[in-house]
Amino acid sequence: MEPAALLDCLTSLSCVVTQTTSGLIIGMLFFLVAAGLTLIFGVLGIVNFAHGAFYMVGAYLAYSAYQVTGSYLVAVLAGGFGAAILGVLFERFAIRRVYGENVLLQLLVCYGFVLVADDLVQIIWGSEYLSMGMPQAFRLPPVFIAGGIVPPFYIFIITVAAVFAAVLWFIIERTQYGRIIRATAVNPTMVSALGIPTPLIYLSVFALGMFLAGMAGGLAAPIRALTPGMGFSVLIVSFVVTVIGGMGSVTGALVASILIGLVRSYGSIGFPLFVDGLMYVMMGLVLVLKPNGLLGRQEASRP
Amino acid sequence: MTRSTTRNALIALAALVVLLALPHLGGGEKLADYIIFAAAWGLLATGLNLLIGYTGLISFGHAMFFASGAYSFGAIMQAQIMPVPLAIVAALIITGAIAALIGAICVRLSEIYFAFLTLAFQMFFHSILLSWVDVTGGDNGLLGGIPTPVFFGVDLNQPEHLYAFCVTVTVLAMYLMHRIVSSPFGFTLRMIRDNERRAIFLGVNVFAVKLTCFVLSAVFSSVGGIILALFISGAYPDFAFWTTSGEAIFMVMLGGLTNFFGPILGALILTGLNDIVVTYTDHYGLFLGGIILLFSLGLRKGVLDFVKPGGRKSTPAQPTADAKEATHADA
Repeated sequence: MEPAALLDCLTSLSCVVTQTTSGLIIGMLFFLVAAGLTLIFGVLGIVNFAHGAFYMVGAYLAYSAYQVTGSYLVAVLAGGFGAAILGVLFERFAIRRVYGENVLLQLLVCYGFVLVADDLVQIIWGSEYLSMGMPQAFRLPPVFIAGGIVPPFYIFIITVAAVFAAVLWFIIERTQYGRIIRATAVNPTMVSALGIPTPLIYLSVFALGMFLAGMAGGLAAPIRALTPGMGFSVLIVSFVVTVIGGMGSVTGALVASILIGLVRSYGSIGFPLFVDGLMYVMMGLVLVLKPNGLLGRQEASRP
Repeated sequence: MTRSTTRNALIALAALVVLLALPHLGGGEKLADYIIFAAAWGLLATGLNLLIGYTGLISFGHAMFFASGAYSFGAIMQAQIMPVPLAIVAALIITGAIAALIGAICVRLSEIYFAFLTLAFQMFFHSILLSWVDVTGGDNGLLGGIPTPVFFGVDLNQPEHLYAFCVTVTVLAMYLMHRIVSSPFGFTLRMIRDNERRAIFLGVNVFAVKLTCFVLSAVFSSVGGIILALFISGAYPDFAFWTTSGEAIFMVMLGGLTNFFGPILGALILTGLNDIVVTYTDHYGLFLGGIILLFSLGLRKGVLDFVKPGGRKSTPAQPTADAKEATHADA
C-alpha cells in the first residue's frame, strides 16, 4: 500500500494525464467486451460465460491476419468478423438450444465451449505467449500533454472505442432495428406476434456482441500478450463492469467500464497488490447499496 | 424416522466396511488411490449439490472452499502447531468463517448474480493464494510435503492408514450430509428452491437458512480439499482455479442433481475418465469440453436423474426431474 505515491501522482498534472489516459484505454477496451455481454443478457436473457473466449479468438485471428497482410485494419476486422461468424455458429448450434432452460445448463454449455476453444487455440497457435508488435503506422514518438506521456496508439484506441460507443447508442436508440431489439428485451412474445422473426433478432444481437468482443481482442492485440485462456480475466472484469453498470444497460456499461479503468489505473499506483480487490470491493458496495447497478433495470435480488 | 435413521447409519457402516475391504479383494494400491481421489472430488461435488440441487443456488466459486480447506490444513500442519484431528477442525472453522463472510454478501442475490459473484470472489481468492507467498507459497503451492505426525496410533504416512482414514472421513461426511438433507432443515431448503415466496410467507427466515446452507456446503466441500491435500501431500493454486469449480458443477450435473448420490457418481465417472484420457492425450480441455457440450446439448440430465425416486419415504424425497425443470422455467 502506497497512498503517499497516489497522493504524489494526484498533485502532479503529468502523472494525472498519464494515468487517466491509461485508465481510459483499459476502460474503453472493457467497454467493448462488456457492451456485448450486457446487450446479450438484456435481450437474450443469457449470461454469455463464453464471451471471453471470443475476445481471445478475435485477438488470435487478428494476430494471424496481421502476420499475413501486415495491415492492422485488416487484422482488427478479421478479429471482429471472425468472432462474429464463430458467434453465429455457436448461437445457432448450442445457445439456441438452451434458451429458457435453467441457468446451470446455460453455464455448462458455455463452460464446455470455453474449454474446447482454449484447447483449440493452444493446438493452432501454441501455448507460448505471442506478441503482435506495434503496427508500423503507430510507431510514432509519444505525445506530451501537460508533461504527461501519451502514446498515439492509446489515443487511437480510445477514439475508435468512443466512436463504436456512439454508433452502438445510435443503433439501439435511433434505428428501427434498435427499437425491435429493445422491444424483444421487454416482450419477445409480443414482438414475434407482430410478425418479427425473434430467432433472427437473437442471432443478430449475439453476433453483434461477438463482433464487439472479437474486435476488442484485435484492437488490444498490439498491447497485450496473447495466450490461451487470456479471455477469462477479461470476462471476469467485464462481468464486474456489467454488474456495476447494471445488467442490460449499455450506458451503464460505459460509465462502469471507465470507472473501473480509472480505478485500476490509479489503484496500480496507490495499492499495487490490491487492484483486483479494489474492483471487487466496488462491486460489493454497488450490490449492497444499489443492487440493480448504477443504471440497471433488471432485478438483482429476488423478492 | 428413528427406524430409517438407524437403517441409514447401518447402510453407511456397511458401505464403510465394503470400501475398507475393496483394495484387499484385488485392485490393490491403484484402486485405493482412485477411490481416495474420487472421494475428495465427490465430497466437493456433494457439498456443492447442497446448494445447487437442494437450494437452487448455483455457486461457481466452490473451488475456493476446496482450496481453503486444503491450504489451511496444509499450512497448519507445516507450522507443526496442532495434531492432525485438531488441524482438520481448525481448517473447517477457517473455511466456515470465510464462507460466512462471502455468503452474507452473495446469498441475497438471484441465480445469475449469485453464480458470477461467487465466481468473482473465487478469482479474488485465487489471486490472494498467488500473491500471499509467505503462507501459501505463491505459484508453487505448499511445497515440501505436509508432515502428518502419528495420532491415536494412526500413521497417515502409511498408505493403508491413509486410505482407511480418508474413506472413514468421507463416509462420515456423506452420512452427515444425508442426515442434513433428510432433516426438516433439508426440506426447508427444498421449499426455498421450489417456491421462495411461499417459504417467506410461512415465516421462514430465508436469508438465514440460505446462509447456513452456504456455510455447511462450503465446509463439506473443504473436507474434500483436506483429503486431497493429505493424499498428494501438498496444495496448489489450481485447487482454487475456476476450472475446478466448473468440473465440480459438471460432476453434479453428470451424476444427477436430483439424487443425493448423483454428484459422487459424477465424481467417480469423471475422475475415472480423467485417468484414462490423460494417459492418451495432452488435450484434456478439448476432450472434457466436448463431453460437456455433448452432455449439455444432448443428454441434459444426469445419470441418476433418470432414476425416478420411488414411494419409499426414507429416500431423500426429490421432485422428479420434470417437476424441477418446470419450477426453473417459472423462475
